Parts: sequence; C-alpha cells; structure tokens
Amino acid sequence: MAGNNRQTTRIELPGASVDVVRKGSGQALFILHGGGGPVAAMPFVDRLAESFEVIAPVHPGFAGSAIPDHFDNLQDLVFLYLDLMDALELEDAIMLGISMGGWTAMEIAVMSTARISKLILVDSVGVKVGGREDRDIADVFAAPPEELARLFWHDPANAPDPAHMTDAELEMVQANRVALGLYTWQPYMHNPKLPGRLHRIDVPTLVIWGESDGLVTPNYGRALCAMIPGAEMAIIPAAGHSPQVEQPDAFVRHVTSFAS
Amino acid sequence: MKAWFFTEDAYPQLPDQDTYRSIRVNLPNKHFDPETGADNYHQFLDMWLMAEDLGIEIMLNEHHQTATCVVPAVPIIAGILARESKTARILILGNPLSNLPRPVRTAEEMAMIDVISRGRLECGFVRGVPYESAPANVIPYRGTERMWEAHDLIIKAWTSHDGPFNFEGRWFHARQVNIWPRPYQQPHPPVWVTVGSAGTARPVAEHEYVGAVFLAGYPGIRPIFDGYRAGYLARHGKDAPLDRLAYCALVYVADDEAEAKSGGETLLWYMTSNKVPVEYNNPPGYHSPPVAAKIARGSVSGAGVPLQPTLQNQMARGNMFCGTPDQVYEQIKAIYEYSGGFGNLLMMGQAGHLTFQQTKRSMQLFSREVYPRLKELTASHDSDAMKETRAVLPDREFTDLGTFGVEFAR
Repeated sequence: MAGNNRQTTRIELPGASVDVVRKGSGQALFILHGGGGPVAAMPFVDRLAESFEVIAPVHPGFAGSAIPDHFDNLQDLVFLYLDLMDALELEDAIMLGISMGGWTAMEIAVMSTARISKLILVDSVGVKVGGREDRDIADVFAAPPEELARLFWHDPANAPDPAHMTDAELEMVQANRVALGLYTWQPYMHNPKLPGRLHRIDVPTLVIWGESDGLVTPNYGRALCAMIPGAEMAIIPAAGHSPQVEQPDAFVRHVTSFAS
Repeated sequence: MKAWFFTEDAYPQLPDQDTYRSIRVNLPNKHFDPETGADNYHQFLDMWLMAEDLGIEIMLNEHHQTATCVVPAVPIIAGILARESKTARILILGNPLSNLPRPVRTAEEMAMIDVISRGRLECGFVRGVPYESAPANVIPYRGTERMWEAHDLIIKAWTSHDGPFNFEGRWFHARQVNIWPRPYQQPHPPVWVTVGSAGTARPVAEHEYVGAVFLAGYPGIRPIFDGYRAGYLARHGKDAPLDRLAYCALVYVADDEAEAKSGGETLLWYMTSNKVPVEYNNPPGYHSPPVAAKIARGSVSGAGVPLQPTLQNQMARGNMFCGTPDQVYEQIKAIYEYSGGFGNLLMMGQAGHLTFQQTKRSMQLFSREVYPRLKELTASHDSDAMKETRAVLPDREFTDLGTFGVEFAR
C-alpha cells in the first residue's frame, strides 16, 4: 500500500532516534499515531498526502523499533517530538494525534504551539473526565480480546485476527503493546495535570470522534473538547475508535475542511 | 539433599470451573467463605508443622487476587511459623520484588522473621507472575531490572549498621534507611531467586544465591541449570555446589500404585485449576514478543495451564513425582542425574482437595523411605562422575513445549 513519494528516514536526535515517514507535499501535517501502531501506510494517509506533506514519526518501540533505555513514560515521547519538530524546522504545521498520539499532541501543545497552526485530536485519551472510580477509558490491558474488539470497532469484523497474521506480524503487534504499556500504564492513559494546562492551547482545535467508540466514548470526547478553548467537535457515524480506518472518506473530509 | 514442603494455601472450594473465566484477578471473592477460609489456614499451618516434625523444611510463597493461593502477604504466614515451628528452615519463595512498592518494608519484614525464628529464614526474591501486574498495577516491562534494583536496596538495608543511608534509584527511592531490627543471620539471610532461563540464571549464580527452577521438567531444566553452572564457574572459578540449585515439582508418595494414581490426580489440581485467560497471562512486557505472540495465537499456554495436564504427561515431563517410595526415588534420581544435580527438592506436597491425612501419609513415606536415599545420593556426589553420568543421558525430546513453566521463562 505504498503511497506516492513515500519515504522513511531515521532521524537522530539527542538521546534517541526516530523513524519518520514523509509523503506528499503541501502544508505540513504532523501525524502522531495511536497504540495500534503506525498509520502511514493506510489509505487515509495516502488521501491526505494528496493535499499535505504528511510527516508521520513512529513512536520508539512501535513497528520493530527499539525503546531507548532511558524512556520511562509518555513525557519522553513528548520531549522527543519537541526535538523532532525543531530538527525538522516545522512551521505552521497541522498536528494530528490519534488516541495516545492525541494525548501526546496535547502535551506538546500545552508546552508550545510555536510550530503548529492547528490541532486535530482523534478519539484521544489523555485526561480524566470522571470520578476516581469511573472507568473513563476501557482497560485495554485487562479486557478479553473479543470485548476489546467490540469496544474498539463499529464493526468488530474489522478487528485484525491473529489467525491471519504471520508470526512476524503477530510479534510486532505484541511489541507495539509493550510500547503502549510503557507510555500509558500509570496514571492509566492520562495525565492528571493536563486539564489544568489545556487553556494554553491557542490554536484552532478540532476533536474528531467515532460515534461507536466504546473504548473512549463520544461523551468523553465532548468533555475533552470543552476543556480546550474554542475547540470544535466532529462525530463520525458508523465508526469506532479508529474513524480514520472505518470511515476514511468522512475522516479525510473533516480534516481537509478544517485545515482550509 | 534438602527437601522442602510447600503448599500454595489454595482455596479449592470453588464453583464449577465452567462458570468463571479466570481463577485469578477477577474471580469475585463472594466465593471465599470466611469460615471455610479460616479452617483452611489452620489446616495449612498444621501441615507445615507436620512437615517439620518429619524433618522436612518449610517453603512458603505469596500470590494476589487468586483462589490458587490465598496468601497475599507471605510475611504473615512466615511470621506465624517463625514462632510456631522450632527447627525447620523457613523458605519464602518468594517476595515478588518487581511488584512490591517499598523494598525497605520487605527488608524490615524479612529481618523481623529472621530474628523471631532465631535465624531460620531463607529469603527468596522473585519477579512475580504475569497475572499479578494488574493487582500490583506495575507494568512487567523491565521487571527483572526492577527486581534487581529492589534487591540491591534490601541487601544494603540488611547490611548497613552504622546509621542511615539514602537510595535514589531508577524505580525506588528511600530516605534515611536504618532498619530495626537488623537480620539475625550475618551478614544476611541466605538468598534464593527463581530462574527460568540460562540468561536469568547467570546473575543469580554470580551472587552465589540459590537458583530455583519451577516445573521446567525435562524439556527445560538442562539449559537453565547449565546456565547457572556456567555463570558460577566463570565468576567463582569452581563448580557450583549442589546446594546452590533447587528444583520444584509436585510430589505424592503412596503405599501402593492405585493410591498413588488417585492422590497424584488430586494433587494435579495445582495445574488443572489454573484457568487464566489471555488478557491476564500476557501483560505487556512480561514475555518477550516472540513468546507473547505464541500465547496470543494460543500455541503455548502462558496461563500456566499445561497443554496436557494429565498425570502421565506431567510425570513424563518431570513435573510430578508420583508412586510408591521406590518409584518416587527412581523418578527424582532420574531427573537429578539428567539435570546435572541439585541439592534442594521443593515439594508441592499438597494442592487442591488433597486432604491433611493424604498429605501426611505422603510426606511420612517420603520422609522415611525416600528422603534418606536422596540424602545419600547427594552426600556421595562427585562432580566429575556426575558430568559423565549426565553426558551419556541424551536430551529428552518433547514435541510440544507448552509446559507449565512459560510464566517462569524469563
């Protein structure tokens, strides 16, 4: 599924290196993927690459890359990407973060929006909206696989089936899960301090949500949206936690219309 | 040979296994009846004391949120036995250091047990099993490094006698550490660590700690013990003494073969009961991605349930020694020679619904008829002769490696 002009480069940064996929041309669209792994080879990215220069780093630990020895949690990823954005000299970039990539994007944006002009969050985790005994975000490390598929997808038939994967693919899925765990284990999938910092986001923000997302529900999305000054919300029907996969047309439409 | 009596202190009075998805982590504790539970605890304490009376040492452990072992705090049971027992060594195997938040607390608890027992504590440190990452809320990734850092802090707490020190590690921070009491044994109680691969055995050998292997059986024991012995030889310039290695298996000794089969099958509850689904037995970073992938595919059991939990299969694998005294002796001797020798036999002598009387009879027969021969076996140990004996025993091949021991393969 190689897109036009697709190119992966390894960029050396202080203390770590990161693989970055670049494709297309135009305004920079900086995509931070979620816990499921890199998205740069997916059809929705090829579509976006028709209008933007997609810049999609692979979080260390995903897709067979190594977790740097000193990495402990999501903060390490945030600082890695602050360095990466400087190294790439991004200007007026649209930062799009999916799920835990959305959390990462918010952490970056509350520190500095100097290199970004707009922010898009997709079924993003990162904050706690309920009480201490409310399960805001399903426990992906405790849910049975079939329940996880039901929560994650609008149509659970879209869930990848281990029986149809090669050993190498399945090993990568498991390695991705280790990285997801490292970045999100505790506090689980959120930073308690983040809501008190979101007022610092001073760029237009779009919050996109799959209507059927049971992992992080649209109500969570609405609560998150309300925490960010001026943020708009777009709900995509017939989509779960990955609207970009289940409804790529609607997803691309929302992104391009918000960007213009 | 030193033999240790071990029971996990299970709560076996459970509803039908088909009515629940997991015996660990999320099985509702409404199924735990406190009256029955109290009877169980007292019976298990009596069992350990019975073992002591038979000249057998005591082994204890802890697990969390599981009916397979209702000792979520092993220092409590060890503290009772430190007072109630008189001569037996008390082995805790072990303190799950990766999952415990405060190593200094562990250092204090262990020192206290050592003092009350007047120096009878053998202190084990383990990484912990996969299913307990949720109860502990600790990601298992880098669990081994975490365990060793906690170990370093505990050893320093045990051996610092001139006032406090501070510790600022990667995972653990402690301020003004100055434990009271200090250990009875000097410089500190003997240390044991469970090992599941040649790689994890090496640092244990370098420290001269006892390396304990659980249920690796014929398919797994050689590379692990060989790894330990190679690490020991490289660091210390001599062969590892037998007493540095331990093997844990299920043991049931009976007067005749019919009773052996019946009791052995009852004891097998330890394996057949361990129903754990994939979401609990494969937490991120516990297993290497290749092993985790196999568990996700279902081709090996990460839950600890062996793919073939039958008496015959587990005996063939060397995970269960079961029969008349002569038979049990021959079974232990066979894996002893196959593995290159070990000086500690950790006996899961009770599990599930095996009664006090059955357990007592089994341990009596062991003590009277098997144990003396095992002691002779190790007393006559000759390192060179053992190497020759072992060399002529070919590797035993097993087509499926989905053994109980996957959770210990670290």
